[in-house]
Amino acid sequence: MSIAEARDEAPGVRTFRLTFTDEPARARFFGQYRVGMFGLYGLPGEGESTFCVASPPTRTEYIECTFRRAGRVTTALQDRGVGESITFRGPYGNSFPVDAWRGRNVLFVAGGIALPPVRSVIWNILDRRPEFGDVTIVYGARAVADLVYKHELADWQQRGDVRLVTTVDPGGETADWKGQVGFVPAVLEQAAPSAGNCVAVVCGPPVMIKFTLPVLSKLGFAAGDIYTTLENRMKCGLGKCGRCNVGSAYVCKDGPVFTLEQLHRLPSGDM
Amino acid sequence: MIAPVRVGQAVRLAEWAPGAPIELSEIPANSAKEFILPASETIGRYDRDGARFTMRETTPEGPRTVLLGVRPCEAAGLAIVDAVFNWDSRDEFYDARRAATTVVATACAQADADCFCTSVGGAPGATRGADVMLRLADGGRQFIVESLSARGEELLRSAHGVTEGEAAADPLADVPVRFSHERVTGWLAGQFDSPRWQEFSLACLGCAACAYLCPTCHCFDIQDESTRTAGVRYRNWDACGLGLFTQHTSGHNPRADQMARWRQRVMHKFSYYPEKFGMLACTGCGRCARMCPAGMAISDTCRAIDAEESSPG
Repeated sequence: MSIAEARDEAPGVRTFRLTFTDEPARARFFGQYRVGMFGLYGLPGEGESTFCVASPPTRTEYIECTFRRAGRVTTALQDRGVGESITFRGPYGNSFPVDAWRGRNVLFVAGGIALPPVRSVIWNILDRRPEFGDVTIVYGARAVADLVYKHELADWQQRGDVRLVTTVDPGGETADWKGQVGFVPAVLEQAAPSAGNCVAVVCGPPVMIKFTLPVLSKLGFAAGDIYTTLENRMKCGLGKCGRCNVGSAYVCKDGPVFTLEQLHRLPSGDM
Repeated sequence: MIAPVRVGQAVRLAEWAPGAPIELSEIPANSAKEFILPASETIGRYDRDGARFTMRETTPEGPRTVLLGVRPCEAAGLAIVDAVFNWDSRDEFYDARRAATTVVATACAQADADCFCTSVGGAPGATRGADVMLRLADGGRQFIVESLSARGEELLRSAHGVTEGEAAADPLADVPVRFSHERVTGWLAGQFDSPRWQEFSLACLGCAACAYLCPTCHCFDIQDESTRTAGVRYRNWDACGLGLFTQHTSGHNPRADQMARWRQRVMHKFSYYPEKFGMLACTGCGRCARMCPAGMAISDTCRAIDAEESSPG
């Protein structure tokens, strides 16, 4: 894949827009790609890292990925610039059953760097806007600087057909911050989106998930209507290497997308 | 041809040199999996030039191999690992070696105190995973040969000295049943959070010797090694007992302590693998116990679980 664009989102967080080296590769990818699937991005000599595909199957000229500079591979990847190449394997894993949500309301809850896997679903649904009911997005980060996709947040804010609630943790606000101040679970509870005919897509750090799920239950969401995507460490992505196992599930094959109902059947101590 | 031969003090499965005695008296230290799933195998090659790179075609290798004189617990291990490398997508590297391998197993005449094949559905005379079965007969003077697959049939057709006749099979090893694997699997289904895991795992050093010796452990890592101009991508053995196995770059580790890792090892073999693939991922070969530097044995954990599951209340 060739890096067509590189954008800084937040300190240490960068988005690459990647284009395919040839048309057959592009066609093959989009023949298989459904929103929620992931890939292994890499550099020969450095290794591979697993990230979601952060752009939707409704935009078929490129894919995007957004990731934090954290270890050897992500550092080497971020050091590559526009016009240079990286390797990509995928798409792998299962997907969000977006088609089955037609006619329903959709609530997104995301924290920090976990917006990218949710953003592909948001884009996909906004690209097919008339097929869905109300769209609500609750997104928070530690501080204003840590919010990713700031331009898109501004776009979503201006749309009449999306309800966007942004928040930062107490102390993370700036003088001109117009969003909420508070932790995502509390802000979600206050925003109180109706659970009626609604599915929820939740992604965030483990601590956010832990305190958000009880709020969703309180709001009336059934476990089968709450979706999340697990971000386990992976190597092969093909259900062989054993690294992503949680119970009898291969997160890379049986996931990464699970409903809360499915997660209840897996050992939570291994996630 | 791979056979149990003496290497220094130890009996190991290794390439057989013509004339070398084949040692059936002890269970080899290593398992046969390394000849199908090598400890380190090249799965990719590339050239580099600054930021540019070119991937090179890497063809799976499948050298024609006979595993001669391996035990039933060894042959069964291959049948178990076949499942994970061929569900959903197929692993071309594994399959190339596997398809080129003929398994000539020998019924087990000598077990030791760490053996427990009969507790996990095996037996000293079991044929699972074998293409040809040899049974010592007439006091060790002859073998009774049985072909079990097309591959075995093909091998026997080209063999010399195989004749029709009568022979009396020698007695097989006596391996007592140490636990009920059904009761172990039953207990595991509801005991992920049992306080007993702490006690079961207390001695574990996290060295992963058990996984490397195990005929069914197959978890792997993928690592690059390169110079400025060229490089290789390897698949290397890895193990759930090692602390870094599941650790995220963020520092979060789903299996943060040795208790969680030992639990994963037992659960994977006796609960998760049966649930996913319909078979236990243990053949009772006993290598993990024989070689554990801390004196642990998965069969001890299983016996303790069996006792707990069997005790009233």
